[in-house]
Amino acid sequence: MTTLTDPHKASFKPSMLIYDTRYRSMTIQIFVLIAFIIFVFWLINNTVTNLVDLGKPVEFRFLSEAASYDINQRLIDYNSRDSHLRASFVGLLNTLVVAFLGCITATFLGVLIGVGRLSKNWLIAKIMAFYVETFRNVPVLLWILLAMAIMIESLPAPKAFRGENATATMYMSDSIAFTNRGIYVPEPLFSNPIGDVSLLGTSSFRFDVSLDLIAILVIFLTGIYVSGRIKKWAERIQNDTGKRPKTWHLRVIAIIVPTALLLWFLGFYMGYAELKGFNFKGGTHLRNSLIALWLALSLYTAAFIAEIVRAGILAVSSGQSEAAASLGLRSGRIMSLVILPQALRVIVPPLISNYLNLTKNSSLAIAVGYMDITGTLGGITLNQTGRELECILMLMLVYLIISLSISAVMNWYNNSVKLVER
Amino acid sequence: MSKHSFVRKEMVSEQTPPLLSVGLFGWLKVNLFSSWLNTLLTAAALAFIIYVLSGVLPWTFQSTWNAASLTECREIAKATWGQTHGHACWAVINDRWVQLLFGFYPSHLYWRPILALVVLIAALAPVLFTEAPRHLLYLAVGYPFLMPWLMWGGSLWVSISVAFGFVLGYIVLKYLTKVIGQLPSIILAVFAAFIWWSFFGLGFSDILSSVLPLSLEAVTSRSFGGFMLALLIGVIAIGCSLPIGIILALARQSDLLIVKAISVGFIEFIRGVPLITLLFVASTLLNIFLPPGSDFDIILRVIIMVTLFASAYMAEVIRGGLASLPRGQYEGADSLGLDYWQAQRLIIMPQALKVSIPGIVSTFIGVFKDTTLVSIIGLMDPLGLSQGIRANAEWQGIYWELFAFIAFLFFIVCFSMSRYSMYLERKLQTDHH
Repeated sequence: MTTLTDPHKASFKPSMLIYDTRYRSMTIQIFVLIAFIIFVFWLINNTVTNLVDLGKPVEFRFLSEAASYDINQRLIDYNSRDSHLRASFVGLLNTLVVAFLGCITATFLGVLIGVGRLSKNWLIAKIMAFYVETFRNVPVLLWILLAMAIMIESLPAPKAFRGENATATMYMSDSIAFTNRGIYVPEPLFSNPIGDVSLLGTSSFRFDVSLDLIAILVIFLTGIYVSGRIKKWAERIQNDTGKRPKTWHLRVIAIIVPTALLLWFLGFYMGYAELKGFNFKGGTHLRNSLIALWLALSLYTAAFIAEIVRAGILAVSSGQSEAAASLGLRSGRIMSLVILPQALRVIVPPLISNYLNLTKNSSLAIAVGYMDITGTLGGITLNQTGRELECILMLMLVYLIISLSISAVMNWYNNSVKLVER
Repeated sequence: MSKHSFVRKEMVSEQTPPLLSVGLFGWLKVNLFSSWLNTLLTAAALAFIIYVLSGVLPWTFQSTWNAASLTECREIAKATWGQTHGHACWAVINDRWVQLLFGFYPSHLYWRPILALVVLIAALAPVLFTEAPRHLLYLAVGYPFLMPWLMWGGSLWVSISVAFGFVLGYIVLKYLTKVIGQLPSIILAVFAAFIWWSFFGLGFSDILSSVLPLSLEAVTSRSFGGFMLALLIGVIAIGCSLPIGIILALARQSDLLIVKAISVGFIEFIRGVPLITLLFVASTLLNIFLPPGSDFDIILRVIIMVTLFASAYMAEVIRGGLASLPRGQYEGADSLGLDYWQAQRLIIMPQALKVSIPGIVSTFIGVFKDTTLVSIIGLMDPLGLSQGIRANAEWQGIYWELFAFIAFLFFIVCFSMSRYSMYLERKLQTDHH
């Protein structure tokens, strides 16, 4: 009979650092850490030596100097006497604008194309497949340059709109003009506005917020909230009595009437663009570069989103919709209560990572001269001040912050829809 | 049996199906005209296709192939079809296609990139298709050292000297593993290779070059350009990103905290910034990070940054593949007594890589498309060249033909990659559907 004895307590030997799996991982980590620290020090040491040789130590004072360049498409007030930091802020807002617009249109188009590719109609499915393959397999930079070329080359000059025998006309009863200098759309104006409020005083990040816009948003959102309450009320009545009161007219009134009243009170009207002299005046001027970038990024990303949407819908097995139908649900309810919640779980994470890609691809704005953060901080500011290290580090930091915030949103969503397993 | 019952005595003979439910008509009815909505959609789609084709087809085919300038093209178009617009001027492609493919590479040396491409295809064949002869694999091993010699010229001994460093490392690893164990021998192997490269490599190649100068005419990086440049950057970045990506993914999945932290930091940083900022680093900052006085080639710097960029994405794709494997596979490998690398090589990686094929190939496609971004930092890739061509007096104002040609080139490469990945997925499928 064998007896169990206490394991032999070996004294520690240096060779165990390599041959004993308990200590080996420690050894490896220490080696890696030392190598990593040496590498980082080597990089920093090189950088410092080189910068001293070049005679430009790292400093950020240039940010407060006058930028002395113009930015023609912007959301907030800016002129060339403002600082480089202000210019970068304008650029950051421009990045966010084009990313926001691009995400909305790309999602809309992508859903349309993804659903179209699953269509029972052979011709529609093939057209959509052709679209997806074409846009996915050609570089986005080419699409951006092509969109820019189309804007400049094939749209009429403003002077073509002039005179008795004008060769070009404005669309939608003279409200939108497509010209080779950009697109002019009507501008919302108020005849008795509440006014603006300036935030952040005189710092480089100052901006104005229109109180009119805030008032409209608040009233509109309140309307939507009230409408939601009405729906809840109807559901409660349905649960109690089995009959659902007709509420759609109430809900529409709750949303539309207060907002319309507010608009009337503020004296809302549209400021149309008009041809004056050689150019259009008034309205909102969307420049070529913005339109080209927006269009190309949306079309390109839509091809990827279409594939995500298609995969998401295909991931819900047909048994789910059959089971829902056998419970007696109508087709609209099957979609909203059974298919979509399951498909969205598959769709949303890659969708958000595509939003992230779109945002990062918007840095290609520099190819068409749209002044986003890459065009201002990483472009003109960098070239004017010669501060490559500082500018590029700040640029990367800004993009990292954007990316990490989007990832945080994604992780939050993933956790909130995670299947609860036992 | 009651007399009211009826029982059929003879079978009804087989009927042909209704004309409208079989063959061409049946197909049309099911796929295009199944309901009034479907019919409407078909009509709209047809109208759309006809509208697009009526613009594109005449433009593409009623075109000019031989002209010296855009003005001449327009004159020819006016003389032939009575209008200057709506007709492509392919003469620009006819005139400049060589430049769009090779950039400013010396024309008497075109055989070198072409040979490099042919050897690449030959070397890739056994990797891509199991039917290809296996001994071509030796070519795949030698290719990384042969290709730079063909492209940049110089002495072959430099490549051989670099390759010898790897051979030295391999020999050290092979013979020392039995003596002192795996980990110390890996470290010693890397160390030996570095010693060779830093102290003996150059002398070795110099001496041998003076004895037997196996050298080609050197070509500077400034003359690289066109589709060749896109392929060069793409192929190197793709080839290097896969092994680096695997290592990063393994590091991120490992239990070693410090290794994991470094890997996560690297991956998240690279994936968080746009490629264009990394290219700015390549063009302006990389020389600042390196020892004073070191000034290496812009194309090499760009390739390094694109490779790092691709590796981070590759690592995430492969990590997805690793994560999709059930725990049992790891435990099974452990219970067989395999060590970490054996388990990875024999059990984990073959499965993880198979699962991640679609992701890997779409990363490849993405990297290849992203090579166009180098035009922003002034390299002459096809898009950069197209701007240069447009700056000439003869071809000022020509857009669509150049874009169409470049898009066509990229489409062919990317589309064939995606088709190949589908073929590979089908071939490697082992479960039953």
